[in-house]
Amino acid sequence: MGKALLKTNNLSVSFGGIHALRETNIEIMPGEIVAIIGSNGAGKSSMMNAISGVIKFSGEIEFKGSALPKKAHKIVSAGISHVPEGRLIFANLTTMENLRMGAYLRSDSRAVAETLARVLDMFPRLKERENQIAGTLSGGEQQMLAMGRGLMSDPELLLLDEPSLGLAPILVDTIFDIIRKIKQMGKTILLVEQNAYKALSVADRAYVLTQGRITLEGAASDIMCNPLVVDAYLGKKAQ
Amino acid sequence: MSWYYIEGILIQCGYVLMVVLGLSLLTGFAGLFSFGHAGFMAIGAYVSAICTTKFGLSFLPALLLGGVVAGVVGAGLGKLTLNLKGDYFCIATLGFGEAVRLILENWEYVGGARGISGIPWETNLKSVIIACAIGTLALMALVRSRHGRSIIAIREDELAAEMSGINTFRYKMIALIISAVYAGIGGGLLAHYMTYIQPKMFQMVKSTEYTIIVIFGGLGSVTGSIIGTFILTFLPEMLRSLDNWRLVIYGLAVIVIMVIRPRGLMGGVELGDIFRLPARRRAAKLAEERIKNMNGESAGEEAQR
Repeated sequence: MGKALLKTNNLSVSFGGIHALRETNIEIMPGEIVAIIGSNGAGKSSMMNAISGVIKFSGEIEFKGSALPKKAHKIVSAGISHVPEGRLIFANLTTMENLRMGAYLRSDSRAVAETLARVLDMFPRLKERENQIAGTLSGGEQQMLAMGRGLMSDPELLLLDEPSLGLAPILVDTIFDIIRKIKQMGKTILLVEQNAYKALSVADRAYVLTQGRITLEGAASDIMCNPLVVDAYLGKKAQ
Repeated sequence: MSWYYIEGILIQCGYVLMVVLGLSLLTGFAGLFSFGHAGFMAIGAYVSAICTTKFGLSFLPALLLGGVVAGVVGAGLGKLTLNLKGDYFCIATLGFGEAVRLILENWEYVGGARGISGIPWETNLKSVIIACAIGTLALMALVRSRHGRSIIAIREDELAAEMSGINTFRYKMIALIISAVYAGIGGGLLAHYMTYIQPKMFQMVKSTEYTIIVIFGGLGSVTGSIIGTFILTFLPEMLRSLDNWRLVIYGLAVIVIMVIRPRGLMGGVELGDIFRLPARRRAAKLAEERIKNMNGESAGEEAQR
């Protein structure tokens, strides 16, 4: 294996006396999709929030071979973009304004315009809704907008937290198609999902989190066949 | 009503407006509620009054110094409390405002509960108009700039702003400091108009009054804050003949406006925007149609489940 893009070293997160994440070690190689699956409260979102700097953690996170800055805004400029759970779009701004917010830290307006064109190309729906107030978009469109906004900072690593949350099945498929397309753009993706089957089918590798610890890791296809995972997360019918 | 009387009310509007403009930035644009702005006002009033009465400084530098000291205290308060979320910050400012008043009340050097009297009468209509004009233009320029948009983004969604790469702590700090400077200058104008100040003038009720004006005028609107200041300063004076009933009517007026226009008089819009009404109507119509379509669509989504 080559050099990891992102590597955590004994990453732990606790809220008061409760440990959400205990000494987890993950590695993400450039260009791959890594999925983290696990049940509610397993620590999936905590891991993402720690990486993007919005919560405190102990342990180390290495990005491109050096320590990741601690402040959220510096992490964005380092090249990590977080698409949070529940989208968190700016509800009172238009679609276009939301996208421009994603490029907040970039000053090269030509490069930003290029990224914008690419994002609109990937999400034609957003192009149609360009002047609409984002709060009035449908759930699927809001998710697309959040992902589009995440891409606007032209990150190397995109963190996607529960992109399929609360979407109709047909939209879930659309979102996962888009995740594949983002990978083709050369982006590296860390994906947290409740929908384990979908996540594993798009991912290259995966980690299984149980009560804050990594209990299983490996190629996504292997994990999909692992009887423990099938039992706990996929359900017998999935086979 | 004599011109002298009206002039007095206008000057009062002027120094209230300085405080309200500052608070408008903090509450209306950054989304941070403060119930301690009377504290910043007190600091500005006392510092400038001490400068002119005890050190013989002239009015303008004293006024500016009052603003600067209020800003520095604001920075200190921000450093300690801006990491608090939502209501907790609000309560911290409430405590701050009362603490400032109590310190002044028990500090003999500044006259204790008697306060400072014999302050030169320097504030006139001209000086408040100049101060307010500069204050308004500066605030307008700020909220329309890149920095202003960062501050507004924090109000809209702090986490999303942080994830877009905005240094949220820094911008909240900037908003608080500028807001404190405005309040400090407002306090200095007040001191040099009244010619005496005492801690009782800066009670929490004052802070609440300014917050009411900002909300009444509409959050996120500079012109709304200005209109709110004029209405809510003139109203109690107009009703003076009704004696104690005027405060009841004042209260009712605030309630009625909040019921009729829950976002305040000018919530989120500036006066200038109203003249661009046709464009806004078109956008609103578009959004309405879109919501109709969306309802149809989500019904379809549910059916699929």
